[in-house]
Amino acid sequence: MLLVHFLRDTCVLTGTHVGCETTLCGACTVLMEGKAVKSCTVLAVQADGSEITTIEGVAHNGDLHPLQQSFWECHALQCGYCTPGMILTGIDLLRNNPKPTREEIAHGLEGNLCRCTGYSHIIDAIESAAQKISKERQRA
Amino acid sequence: MTVSKRTGYFGKSIKRVEDPRLIKGIATYVDDLRLAGTLHTMILRSPYAHAKILSIQTGAAAALEGVVGVFTGTDINPNCGLLPCAAEAPDLKSPKHTVLANGRVYYVGHPVAVVVAADRYAARDALDLIEVDYDSLPVVSDPEKALQDGSPLTHPELGTNVAFTWSVASGDLDAEFAKADRIIKQRMVHQRLTPMAIEPRGCVASYNAGDGALTLWTSTQIPHLIRTLLPGMIGIPENRIRIVAPEVGGGFGSKLNLYVEEALCSHLSMRLKAPIKWIESRRENAMATIHGRDQVGEYEIAVKKNGTILAIRAKTIADIGSYLQLLTPAIPTLTGLMLPGCYKMNAIRMDVTGVYTHKMSTDAYRGAGRPEASYAIERIMDLVAADLGLDRIKLRLKHFPKPDKFPFHTASGLTYDSGNYRATLKKAQKLASWDTLLKRQAKERKSGKLFGVGVSTYVEICALGPSKMMAAGGWEWGCVRIEMSGKVTAITGVTPHGQGQETSFAQIVADHLGVPMEDIVVCRGDTSVAHYGRDTYGSRATALGGTALIMCIDKIVAKARQLAAHLLRAKVEDVVFRDGQFLVKGAPKTNIGWATLAQEAYLAKNLPANFEPGLEASSFFEPTNCTYPFGTHIVAVEVDRSTGEVKIRDYVAVDDCGHQVNPLLVEGQVQGGIAHSLGQALFERTVYDEEGQLLTGEFMDYPLPRAKDIPDYVMGSTVTPSPSNPMGIKGVGEAGTIGATPAIANAVMDALAPLGIRHLDLPLLPEKIWRAINDR
Ligand code: FES
Ligand code: FES
Repeated sequence: MLLVHFLRDTCVLTGTHVGCETTLCGACTVLMEGKAVKSCTVLAVQADGSEITTIEGVAHNGDLHPLQQSFWECHALQCGYCTPGMILTGIDLLRNNPKPTREEIAHGLEGNLCRCTGYSHIIDAIESAAQKISKERQRA
Repeated sequence: MTVSKRTGYFGKSIKRVEDPRLIKGIATYVDDLRLAGTLHTMILRSPYAHAKILSIQTGAAAALEGVVGVFTGTDINPNCGLLPCAAEAPDLKSPKHTVLANGRVYYVGHPVAVVVAADRYAARDALDLIEVDYDSLPVVSDPEKALQDGSPLTHPELGTNVAFTWSVASGDLDAEFAKADRIIKQRMVHQRLTPMAIEPRGCVASYNAGDGALTLWTSTQIPHLIRTLLPGMIGIPENRIRIVAPEVGGGFGSKLNLYVEEALCSHLSMRLKAPIKWIESRRENAMATIHGRDQVGEYEIAVKKNGTILAIRAKTIADIGSYLQLLTPAIPTLTGLMLPGCYKMNAIRMDVTGVYTHKMSTDAYRGAGRPEASYAIERIMDLVAADLGLDRIKLRLKHFPKPDKFPFHTASGLTYDSGNYRATLKKAQKLASWDTLLKRQAKERKSGKLFGVGVSTYVEICALGPSKMMAAGGWEWGCVRIEMSGKVTAITGVTPHGQGQETSFAQIVADHLGVPMEDIVVCRGDTSVAHYGRDTYGSRATALGGTALIMCIDKIVAKARQLAAHLLRAKVEDVVFRDGQFLVKGAPKTNIGWATLAQEAYLAKNLPANFEPGLEASSFFEPTNCTYPFGTHIVAVEVDRSTGEVKIRDYVAVDDCGHQVNPLLVEGQVQGGIAHSLGQALFERTVYDEEGQLLTGEFMDYPLPRAKDIPDYVMGSTVTPSPSNPMGIKGVGEAGTIGATPAIANAVMDALAPLGIRHLDLPLLPEKIWRAINDR
């Protein structure tokens, strides 16, 4: 059983989407031990014992994650189907590179397809989330 | 109509009300539905483009644990009607489009059998156990070859591969060609494209035997049209069918259709008395969801030496695949109608031949026939300028109708509502620093670089459209209800799937009622809630659906005014409505708001004589004309001489879609549209080989634009209101896709011009460019 099917069918966490099942679209991206993986290429048994974060677990105590906020503010989604994967990829990207350039963001989204937005607003959103997170850090 | 100044939502970039559920991952797409007792289906599809089915053995599959049934055409087709096509053409020949193959297959992906099982794994395993014996038959996959004598026939029983012919003609073409100093000719291939919404199609059908009623949740743009058409296939009347488009993960025209799977699942649910689910795989999406474009055009342009374009003659072959889907024959007619673009000319003629081939059907893909037109005419403008040694900007300006010439009658017989083409062009030139850009180009060229600058000044047809020109009604419906609490429910007949009308319609309704946006809920996409509608396509939703809601509000305000007068003990004539309050003229303190009015209207204890309780109204809006958005895109590209690779350096887009309800959403639509263009211009193409095998069945072989392909945009707009609807909206869903492709193509051809390369067909893949450079 694929991890994506385990999440969707067994855990009924349907925020993780399927767009290709061949590791090419990124709609199924989740975090496994904090790293973005495509859950259509991971077997559920391979994930046994690992911590998995899906889009449903990104907000904390009802507060949206900075990436969720920025996606909303920057109109970084239209149909929303690619969005969970984009946000989780964004989280991983900013963890590795807290101050990315637009080019680095675009590069980081290599494995995620969006057919609606044309990506510009998604890059805007990740840029603005990076600023939000760094401000939050400074405050903390 | 009074629009509240206090609320002032119209024209503001407001973040979307639909987003919280989407960014939290708690929205419900069709595959997210979990109905108790659901059975899962998988469809066995033909690996051949043309073959006779000699036998199908289903025994082993049916015997597999978990499998409920395996069905073939013999079981299904006698119980289901044929798939309808809503578009007409005078001499249209249509093959019988059965739900499953009827002894013969006509394209790779043609559904042959269906497995129903307790879960998707059992269904998937069972597919492998079905044995089909095929006898392969001669294939035709090239539309031009399909027209040659002796070509294999797609449907032998039709006796021809010609599905239909259609022409648009006006003016004295021969006389104009006789007057010409020169005839410029060019052949252009508009390659086949695959829409590739990231959410594939899918549906869940649930039949309630007690009510004799069916609910179908389907990933569609057109629940209402499906409700109209499905009864003819499954034998349940329209008023016992409920279609729901839940959250839909992108459409781009590919979900503007009634598909066999929707009828199949509905039928199976009736037959097996259980909810039936089918979810398309990506591979199926590539082979069995409609494709777009696929025209070959020969264009002849009659010109005077001074550049005056007298007339255009075009002959187009449209590859429509093996079957007619919902609007298949209508798509190339839009190309013919829009071929003159935003230019004056005296005569035009376009003859279209629709041709059957052993491939998936073509139909409406973002732009639907208009991208072919804008690409052809914008390439033509550049070719004419190049051949006559004229400036391409001056040539365009010379042929623009002036703003005071609107409504403008085109050579193809359309009436453009309003326009100021010069204004978008000038603004785009300014944003692009045109003169500096040309200097930069000269410098880059001097240093040996292949640097090109491209322009397109496009116009498109939107807000489709008056019912007279539509297959099934071009009106739109809406309903507004002030609830007893004073909250507002707005129900629309359009079916957004990413465009954001839950937000833009809330903005419109809030302003017109003078209430906060937060008090409004916009319902859409469920035919049991939105009773009627013509749905979302052709950039029609905001212009038409939004207007229908305003008409409802006008009715409600008129009614509420009577109630207010009664309650305020004033004459109706003395009551005015302003900013959400009904006030008595001269006594502004005497006022009453929606909450009180709604309570009184529903409690109905103190109403004027003959006053119907409640505060609700519904309306149908029938537009008088389509709208014609336009704009100018300017692109600078650099072509790598050694690899043929194209890099976009600058991108300027100035679009005029009339008044904008929410500029942020407009920007999103334009950027998304440009991305489709970028793919079309540079690398997207659907490929079938001679045997009709699909070579682009996955994202691997059909790459979509990625984030790194996207340039930084400079975006602007002008506002030329449309007189076709009261808000002056034109529509913007397809603008990017229609305007950008020719701009990018013109830029690349401009980069290659110094090498003497005149024209290359799309997509402008590095290999094609490299060969053109090196084969000289
Ligand atoms: S579904 Fe996993 S990458 Fe597309
Ligand atoms: S928002 Fe629709 S695919 Fe990205």
